[in-house]
This record gives sequence, C-alpha cells and structure tokens, in this order.
Amino acid sequence: MKAKVHVMLKNGVLDPQGKAIEHALASLGFEGIGEVRQGKIIELELDASDRETAESQAEQMCQRLLANTVIEDYSIDIEE
Amino acid sequence: MRSAVIVFPGSNCDRDVAVALERASGVAPLMVWHRETSLPDVDFIVLPGGFSYGDYLRGGAIAARSPVMRDVEARACDGVPVLGICNGFQILTEIGLLPGILMRNAGLKFICSDVHVAVADNQSAFTGAYAKDQVLRIPVAHNEGNYFANPETLDALEAEGRVAFRYTTTCGEVCGTGNPNGSARNIAGIFNETRTILGLMPHPERVVDPAHGGTDGAGLFDGLVKALAQ
Repeated sequence: MKAKVHVMLKNGVLDPQGKAIEHALASLGFEGIGEVRQGKIIELELDASDRETAESQAEQMCQRLLANTVIEDYSIDIEE
Repeated sequence: MRSAVIVFPGSNCDRDVAVALERASGVAPLMVWHRETSLPDVDFIVLPGGFSYGDYLRGGAIAARSPVMRDVEARACDGVPVLGICNGFQILTEIGLLPGILMRNAGLKFICSDVHVAVADNQSAFTGAYAKDQVLRIPVAHNEGNYFANPETLDALEAEGRVAFRYTTTCGEVCGTGNPNGSARNIAGIFNETRTILGLMPHPERVVDPAHGGTDGAGLFDGLVKALAQ
C-alpha cells in the first residue's frame, strides 16, 4: 500500500519561498496569481494489510517525524 | 568538568566547540558519535553546529531522532546542562526540549557574517559571566535561523525571562535593522524552563581567541565552567 503525505506550512505562517515563487511567476509575465505556497510530498510504501492500518501508521509517522506541527499541517492519501 | 560533544554525520563545529571547552576548562570533552545508545557520565552536553544529515527533511529533524538523543533527552530532563549551537538549537527544538522552531531565513539567503546580540538575561550558568544588556559580536552561519513560535509561547518566554540573547544593531538597539534573519522578537537564543538548556543560533565557539578576531564568546564557556564548579 502506498501513502502519500502532503506537508504544508500552516495558514498564517509566513512562507518566504512561496513568496519568492510568486514574484518569479509575476516577473515571467503570469498574471492574476494569488498567494503561492510551497510544501512537500512524501511517498511511503507500507506493508500494511488494510487501509486503516496504513493510515494509522502514516499518521504516527507524521506526528513523530514527517511534519513539525508547530508550523506545518499534513494530510495523508492512501493508495491501494 | 566532564563534558560531551555529540557528533552527527554533517556536524562541522564539533571540533571548534571542543577546543573552546578545553580552553575554558582545561579538560578535553568526550566526542560521542550519534549511534551510541548511552552517554558516559558527564556534567555538560553540547549539540554542535553543522548540517547534520544534510539538513534533510528539516534542519535537525533527523538528528533529533538518532539513537544517542534518547539518552541526551533523559540527561537533560535530569538537569544536566545542555548547550545547542546553531544546528544544535534546531535539534533541541525538533526534539521538543525547547519551544518553537527555526525556519528558513526571511531573506531566503544563507547568512554568514558577524552579528550583534544583547544578553537579554544573565541569570543562568550560560550567561552569568556577562552583564545584562551587554552587546556581543558573534558570527552566525545559517540558512534556517528564523526563530518562530506562536504569540502565546513568545509572551511566556519573555515573561519568564527565558530569552537569552536578542539580535541588535551595532549600538545594541533591538529593532528590525539589527535582525538578520526575521526571527520573532529578534530572538537569537532561548532557555528551557529551568535554564539548564540553552539553544542559540550565533556561534560563541568561533570567538574565543584573539586570533579569531574577537573573544566575545569566551564568557559563555568561562562562565559555564565557573558555574558548574560551584
């Protein structure tokens, strides 16, 4: 089973990298861009036999390592 | 004084801090590799600067979960003083021994230069050799030094006198101009609740000898040796 973990800075936390991308896009001539935010995707292959186990494993991994919940939110997608 | 410097793959200030400690205490610290599962009996622990694990995932995130850190955490909770410099500060926040986190510098640039910091609190083993509000010139070298915590945490740190150092201008003014990396409230270093743990971004070990171009960092190590001898 595959888990896809999305880690994003929380709303309200300044994202200077997102801002830099926003400005670079504007300087390329792209118009009408609202706020740009950058995050990361972590793909995990898991041995779990069912979806619930995979989800709970990924959840613990996020809590303990993959995200720093002081500034980051995460979401988990399980693919069978 | 028996001290230990924890060495991670990618640490690069471990030797500098060992030299600074030996200069201050007369005893060479033990260098402890990150794979060790227990620490020798020591009076003081340093998490040195560098780029442990190449800063993968987040600065200090992988190091915080390495085998030796369980014992470092246990000793810290028993009251053994712990100093985290730069990457060491990041590791201390990642493991939760200090609140907040060090984010990417606001200007998105790696900063390698001398900065000025004021001693915000000198009631600790780390800062006792300095006068309160004394301005020190100490180098920084980091990409993630932008201290962030929620407003409640920042208020609590200030109310409890747990801000150890603040970035200032050359004249000692705490303001935006003197803030190199966007840190909340110009915070350059903080203590835990019992002031036995200090994390700071500037590198005091790089200014302990006149040949370094400054000696403003020496007070931290000298003061610590003196405090621990009491």
